[in-house]
Amino acid sequence: MTQAAATLRHVLLRPGIARIGVVVLLLVVWEIAARRLVDPMFLSPPSRVLMSLQAVFETKGVPAAVLTTLWELAIAFVLSVAIGLGVGLAVGLQPFARASVMPIILLLYGTPQITILPLFILYFGIGAASKIAFGVSHGVFPIILAIVAGVQNIKPILLTSAKSMGASRWQIFRWVIFPHMIPSFFAGMRLGMTGVLLGVLLAELYVSTAGIGYFTNLFTQNFDPTRLLGLIAVLAAMAIALNEIVRRAEAHFGRWHED
Amino acid sequence: MKAATDQHQGGRQALASHAVQVCFLLVLIVLWFLATNRWGVNRLLLPDPVAVFWELWDILKSGEFVGDLRITLTELAAAFAISATSGVTAGYLVSRSQYRIRVFEPLFAGIYSIPIILFLPLYVLFFGLGPASKIALGATISFFPIVLSTIAGFGTVDKLLVTAARSMGASDYQLFRHVLLPAAFPVVLTGMRMGFTVALLSIIGSETIASLAGLGHRIVHLAEAMEMPRMFAYIAFVVAIAAILNLIISRLEARGRRRP
Repeated sequence: MTQAAATLRHVLLRPGIARIGVVVLLLVVWEIAARRLVDPMFLSPPSRVLMSLQAVFETKGVPAAVLTTLWELAIAFVLSVAIGLGVGLAVGLQPFARASVMPIILLLYGTPQITILPLFILYFGIGAASKIAFGVSHGVFPIILAIVAGVQNIKPILLTSAKSMGASRWQIFRWVIFPHMIPSFFAGMRLGMTGVLLGVLLAELYVSTAGIGYFTNLFTQNFDPTRLLGLIAVLAAMAIALNEIVRRAEAHFGRWHED
Repeated sequence: MKAATDQHQGGRQALASHAVQVCFLLVLIVLWFLATNRWGVNRLLLPDPVAVFWELWDILKSGEFVGDLRITLTELAAAFAISATSGVTAGYLVSRSQYRIRVFEPLFAGIYSIPIILFLPLYVLFFGLGPASKIALGATISFFPIVLSTIAGFGTVDKLLVTAARSMGASDYQLFRHVLLPAAFPVVLTGMRMGFTVALLSIIGSETIASLAGLGHRIVHLAEAMEMPRMFAYIAFVVAIAAILNLIISRLEARGRRRP
């Protein structure tokens, strides 16, 4: 083997490159399967899906629907963080509140909220409000748990020493509790984002008049796999982007005290 | 400090917090009762708890739930069987070399971060409205926690243990049975528990969104018929079933941990 071939082989076998190779291989298999083996009523090849992305966005109402869903996600996420932070601090900072309320929160977190999805529609209507509420119901619990865990993990000696040096309650919060909470807060935000995505999308798929759920339904019923796959790809890309933003934020803010 | 306070007043405090929890439940039920019977909250929004109780009694007594429960549990069993076998197999194969871990692990983790429920319309298109689409979705969703924890479990076995066993002449099978498996088993079990939980949730979820039968379908059906007391009763029933299943699976996990 010549030197050049050896280097080429080395580059191709790098894990990152090989991973892309696996993805490309899967896409090729999909392309061949869709063109040769599967009824075009059900599956269309990735090349056609990619070409149809423009057609998806030109479908009347789709851009508005994607935007609506994005808004629902944003509002649900902000509400989850606000409520989760408030409840988490209120519960986490007092040992008695923690001991008595945490089991209730864990119980609520453990129940399958999907069973009460019809109730959310009943109470909040079929518009954006029910999606936001359902998203919050999924996103708020991981954030509460992360905040409580973060507050709990502060070394007692730090609190004691701050107190013995005469720090006020506010000062203790600002200079001891708050900085220690940051890593778990961002970890909670990441889990909360996963929950919010799940909740909002579940509610969208269940019933929707203007959001993406309406269009996924429409494309499914019309046996239009090209546009269905295109829309799903757009939404998946959106979900990946949102997850990546919070993950980056976690990686950036999440580990200050290891330095 | 926590241990110290526990010793000081642990018993009394635990009692007090349990009292708070019991009171919370009681207050909730009393408020619910008062809201429907005294304050005139619309019965279509919130049914009378007493009526819900009798509906639940009726459901349990008449055995009406059996058909839907059987469908949901069958879907769950099939989905979990598929995801557990394929997840553990794929995870084990990937974990056998550091190179493969570095190629595949980020791939699985990346897909895992997408809400796979998005693919439900696609699965309905492929597999129809029946149980097949629920099984496929449940299997897909629960595959990822299982494969990721299998990779983590087998991939992080202490090198020293493997080298020691090898140098003492262990065969491939012996290495697997006495070194790799005991070390990885707890992690794999945790992944299986997570997979089971998400499989249950996604199956009830997909039944709620688009289906012909099953517990999720029953709840939606009652909601659309505005039969609120019966719907609440079914919700309570499903929540109880989910709690029982999760309890069983946690017990199994704890037992499996003790003797690998």
